[in-house]
Amino acid sequence: MKDLPKPKDFYSRLMHRPGSTDWMDTPVDIRKGMYCYAANPKSLNILSAPFARDWNPVEEDWKLPENWQQILHEGFKERLERFRSFKVFMDICVRCGACADKCHFFIGTGDPKNMPVLRAELLRSVYRNDFTTFGKILGRVGGARPMTLNVLKEWWYYMFQCSECRRCSVFCPYGIDTAEITIMGRELLNLLGLNIDWIATPVSNCYMTGNHLGIQPHAYKDMLDFFVDDIEEVTGVRVEPSFNRKGADILFITPSGDVFADPGTYTCMGYMMLFHYLREKYGFDITWSTYASEGGNFGFFTSHETMKRLNAKMYAEAKRLGVKWILGGECGHMWRVINQYMDTMNGPADFLEEPVSPITGTKFENAKSTKMVHIAEFTADLIRHGKLELDKSRNNHLKVTYHDSCNPARGMGLLEEPRYVIRNVCNHFYEMPENTIREQTFCCGSGAGLNAGENMELRMAGGLPRANAVKHVHEQHGVNMLACICAIDRAVFPPLMEYWVPEVGVTGLHEMVANALVMPGENKRETDLRGEPLEGMEGDTDE
Amino acid sequence: MNVKYMYSFLAVIVLFLIAYVGTEAVGLQWLFGVLIPYVALAVFLVGFIRRVMGWARSAVPFRIPTTCGQQRTLPWIRPNRIDNPSTTGGVIARMFLEIVAFRSLFRNTRMKAKADGRITYQWEIFLWVGALAFHYAFAVVLARHLRFFLEPVPAPIKLLETVDAFFQFGLPVVYLSGVVLLIAVAYLALRRIFIPMVRYISLANDFFPLFLIFGIAFTGILMRYFSKVDILSIKALTMGLVSFSFPDTEVLKAIDGLFYGHLFFVSVLLAYFPFSKLMHMGGIFLSPTRNLPNDTRMHRHVNPWNYPVDVHTYAEYEDDFREKMVEAGLPVDKPLEPAEAEKE
Repeated sequence: MKDLPKPKDFYSRLMHRPGSTDWMDTPVDIRKGMYCYAANPKSLNILSAPFARDWNPVEEDWKLPENWQQILHEGFKERLERFRSFKVFMDICVRCGACADKCHFFIGTGDPKNMPVLRAELLRSVYRNDFTTFGKILGRVGGARPMTLNVLKEWWYYMFQCSECRRCSVFCPYGIDTAEITIMGRELLNLLGLNIDWIATPVSNCYMTGNHLGIQPHAYKDMLDFFVDDIEEVTGVRVEPSFNRKGADILFITPSGDVFADPGTYTCMGYMMLFHYLREKYGFDITWSTYASEGGNFGFFTSHETMKRLNAKMYAEAKRLGVKWILGGECGHMWRVINQYMDTMNGPADFLEEPVSPITGTKFENAKSTKMVHIAEFTADLIRHGKLELDKSRNNHLKVTYHDSCNPARGMGLLEEPRYVIRNVCNHFYEMPENTIREQTFCCGSGAGLNAGENMELRMAGGLPRANAVKHVHEQHGVNMLACICAIDRAVFPPLMEYWVPEVGVTGLHEMVANALVMPGENKRETDLRGEPLEGMEGDTDE
Repeated sequence: MNVKYMYSFLAVIVLFLIAYVGTEAVGLQWLFGVLIPYVALAVFLVGFIRRVMGWARSAVPFRIPTTCGQQRTLPWIRPNRIDNPSTTGGVIARMFLEIVAFRSLFRNTRMKAKADGRITYQWEIFLWVGALAFHYAFAVVLARHLRFFLEPVPAPIKLLETVDAFFQFGLPVVYLSGVVLLIAVAYLALRRIFIPMVRYISLANDFFPLFLIFGIAFTGILMRYFSKVDILSIKALTMGLVSFSFPDTEVLKAIDGLFYGHLFFVSVLLAYFPFSKLMHMGGIFLSPTRNLPNDTRMHRHVNPWNYPVDVHTYAEYEDDFREKMVEAGLPVDKPLEPAEAEKE
């Protein structure tokens, strides 16, 4: 963190001015702090990905195969046929510029090639040259350029400065979705073995061990056992999670990040406490899996095929265990994959039942084909039916604001459920300004596999718009806690807040639920899950 | 000077001169008045259809709407039926508003940063107003021009003209649409030239159609209000074009070169259309982030090219970790081999 520019340096970049040379004449400068390290060849080999090799983005020679241009050309052509989105988006942009200042990376870096329109033009210029008559005839005047090594490096640099958050696509009059452009761009780069390691290694880990962090089954169980002890310390109640258990009613899948690092761990404890509560009171029957131990899917940031390979574990494990349906934890891109891709890729899930809450009897009609329910939907339904005994005052020390994660917001529309839960588990909730929440929410700046350590400057720049809005509610209302429903958020917001708004902490939704949840047989709580003393312990509120 | 708009500007001037000199000095009225318009129309129709068919041929493997509101979920949470549609009706409403009212562009905001790093996002409506004015004015102008191709002129067209001439000033009475079109297109061009970031992203392909349409509107206004071209001969020509019965060369020669410039501009626009970004007119209907419902958890969407992939199966996983799993008390499908069990 100490190598980072000062806030005022970031602020000075907010005065957006274009470059002095035309963008096609401005060669890419792969700058330290802005890019992620190249994929480890070992990881690529585990996935049988092509052209695994040692290479370094800042070196001149990228050790490309001889026919790399041909590979890209053919890959491009194939994707134009397979994805109407790609073909239409290559053709119809009018460059009106409405998307430009919607991108957090453009806002924060001021780099014109981070305007969504130019990010797409990086590909479009080559598309015109290779696939359109006018582009072939007019060349540069017609906005076309041939594929060169410099163009390839530019693709690589900027395809990994987009977090596929889709904010630009909300404002585009034709719905052009830069996530789609970036997904295609990254697929093409992967044809040449040009992934980043922060994506490739989690993907290969996930493939072999079931989760991004490479936690092996016994270790996974150990980690949850630690949480059992921690929970007992705070509440006096010993919860008993079960693993890989055949015949359970429901399979629970959540991102492995929450098993591994604070503050996600508290959210994970929250799930465990909720499940225990429901089991004690209503006989709720749920199992965790060490095989399908990852909700997230970094394959989504690699290629459609890799996404499918990783996602397959969810249905396969549900089938093997013979559960009725699947409950999914708090994660961002995980839910875009589940909502918009999973059933299509790996369905139909005809071996599962249409999900019904065993406690309230609510049929989750909206998930009747996928058979996977979001835990915010599940918990909101429980609260609505009065099935949870909650003591909101235990969250009185928190002044909460809520960050809509990009994918649940713009790839699903999960907006009200988490807010309903928050309002029912804590007394102090403040929204950020309306142009920065819900479908207009700003990315954390580290999504789509960009949450590495070496690109911290990029992350601080990309997270600036979000942090700025948090700062606003911090100053206005004294907000001290940023709630979210995404494991990447929970991993990346702490450093972002530390840099921009150090007084604000980060929490998951179910950490707050668990703090408020009155467990059967619990001791009087003196601290929250983090061991911090509760204020006004007897339930008196200051409002 | 920016070559991108200079090239486009020059191209439009040259196009006009070609038609003007070609008819006034060389006498190619038949070429510019009959042949080129036919060819241009044919290129437009065939090109447009081919382009749309080309898009339609590409698969829609996944349902990827951009959701801009609350999903349909628990019965007591009100869904946003238009911005996050879960039904065909919702999609139709969303598409309708997108196409007739540019709903997404209406949301446009402008980011502003203060020196202390405070960032604000304000509603920015000018681009939306400019775009809407441009498209609707153009549509009205086009519809009014149907009077040149229909005899007798149908009542709806006459009504449109009456409304368009609502303010009743000037002689001949001024049509609002023409003026609005000219202003809107000038605004769209000027914002491309003067807003630095927009200039930076603009290509020659962006300036050319704007200048061309400006040229069309400008020559049209010149003819109607200033140079007073021979309107009867023009109608004879246009009616001839639709009925395939062409007027005499004398009639064609009676028409001012300005008209041929106007007609040539229109012909170039038609022929250019299918190969350009102007195809957004067709493309918007096929945009997968807008024309699909967000219902993939309710109804399975089928990918026509879905192919099987390599996966790491549970059996393989258990083989990798069986010993450790047993030791940790995790259930396994296949018990440890006796030899392995003994090792413990």
